Amino acid sequence: MRRSEWIWNPLTQAMKEYLLIIVGTVWVNNFVLSHFLGLCPFMGVSRRLETAMGMGLATTFVLTLSAISSYLVNTWLLEPLGLEYLRTISFILVIATVVGFTEMVIRKTSPLLYNVLGIYLPLITTNCIVLGVALLNVQEAHNFIESALYGFGAALGFTMVLILFAGIRERINAGDVPSIFQGNAIGLITAGLMALAFMGFSGLVKE
Amino acid sequence: MFAALLVLGGMAAAFGLLLGYAAIRFKVEGDPIADQVDALLPQTQCGQCGFPGCRPYAEAIAKGEAGVNRCPPGGEATIKALAELLGVEPQPLDAAEEHSSVPLLAVIDEQTCIGCTLCIQACPVDAIVGAAKHMHTVIAKECTGCKLCLPPCPVDCISLVPVKVEPASWKWPYPVVAVAAVPANDDDALTKVNA
Repeated sequence: MRRSEWIWNPLTQAMKEYLLIIVGTVWVNNFVLSHFLGLCPFMGVSRRLETAMGMGLATTFVLTLSAISSYLVNTWLLEPLGLEYLRTISFILVIATVVGFTEMVIRKTSPLLYNVLGIYLPLITTNCIVLGVALLNVQEAHNFIESALYGFGAALGFTMVLILFAGIRERINAGDVPSIFQGNAIGLITAGLMALAFMGFSGLVKE
Repeated sequence: MFAALLVLGGMAAAFGLLLGYAAIRFKVEGDPIADQVDALLPQTQCGQCGFPGCRPYAEAIAKGEAGVNRCPPGGEATIKALAELLGVEPQPLDAAEEHSSVPLLAVIDEQTCIGCTLCIQACPVDAIVGAAKHMHTVIAKECTGCKLCLPPCPVDCISLVPVKVEPASWKWPYPVVAVAAVPANDDDALTKVNA
């Protein structure tokens, strides 16, 4: 085996893994449409396209950070001490702290970014995707980079679906919807149809 | 058992200290007027005022860029409180949504129309059909909602109604960019804009 292959083969192998994680979380096992996590902001913040974009950006930010920090706490604190049963409560603690801290830092350092993300950041702390990603990372025994990418991919998938859904909802508002189905009812039906459409991707990446 | 208590308690204490330190270290010296205005707003973050949340609206009020009457959730009470705080006259509620121009359509009340043809002559797009002494009507597809037919009508039988949005006529809203007004005789501001 040539020397270059020694270095490149494991590297491309890792790249393939990472790409699969991203594709898997964005399309195949989308957190909203196949895990059904984060439905609350999915229904709540999708009335207008601009708010959907802001929420998506803020979620991407928080999810990546919290996936990393909860991985660190799990690997360096909980596992060495045999305290795996404290996982859920300590993840909640870590996530809340990270979000609160980031909000303060952003507010001080970048007023522009704060204007874009500010009002959404506290909302995301209680979003179940955030805890779901942290716990699934442990369940799938991801390493550091895989954890970060899993969180990032989950957020990308969430953002994409949220923006698509907001676009559809803005348009549905103009339609002649029967009074019984107006508002969230037709929204949930639309979400169901989107989930059906995303089933077309299932089995593309095994997880 | 003790390890669990210690770890969780220690983590909570460490994070609490970190947040407390951050609150002091990254304290933002805000505009005191904006703070007071923000305290009066309902904090629903609904965006109906045209700003992305209550805080940006409070800052715009403090700078004098926005009126105090653009908060529908706050209602009359908030307008009154804001007007008292800033020492201005309270105005009726005026949400940003109402500023956006909805497409209008002229409708002729055919019972009242006397067939005078004055509106036909006024219409710039020939959207009104009819003849002298005969009832007129508007071709909805052609009407641009320009309101030019209103003044000539001697019996006031024309009204402009908002067009109901339907999937076929629906289109994406134009992107809204906040534009600050620059006084024409302010040389400093003009050089800044032109630069």
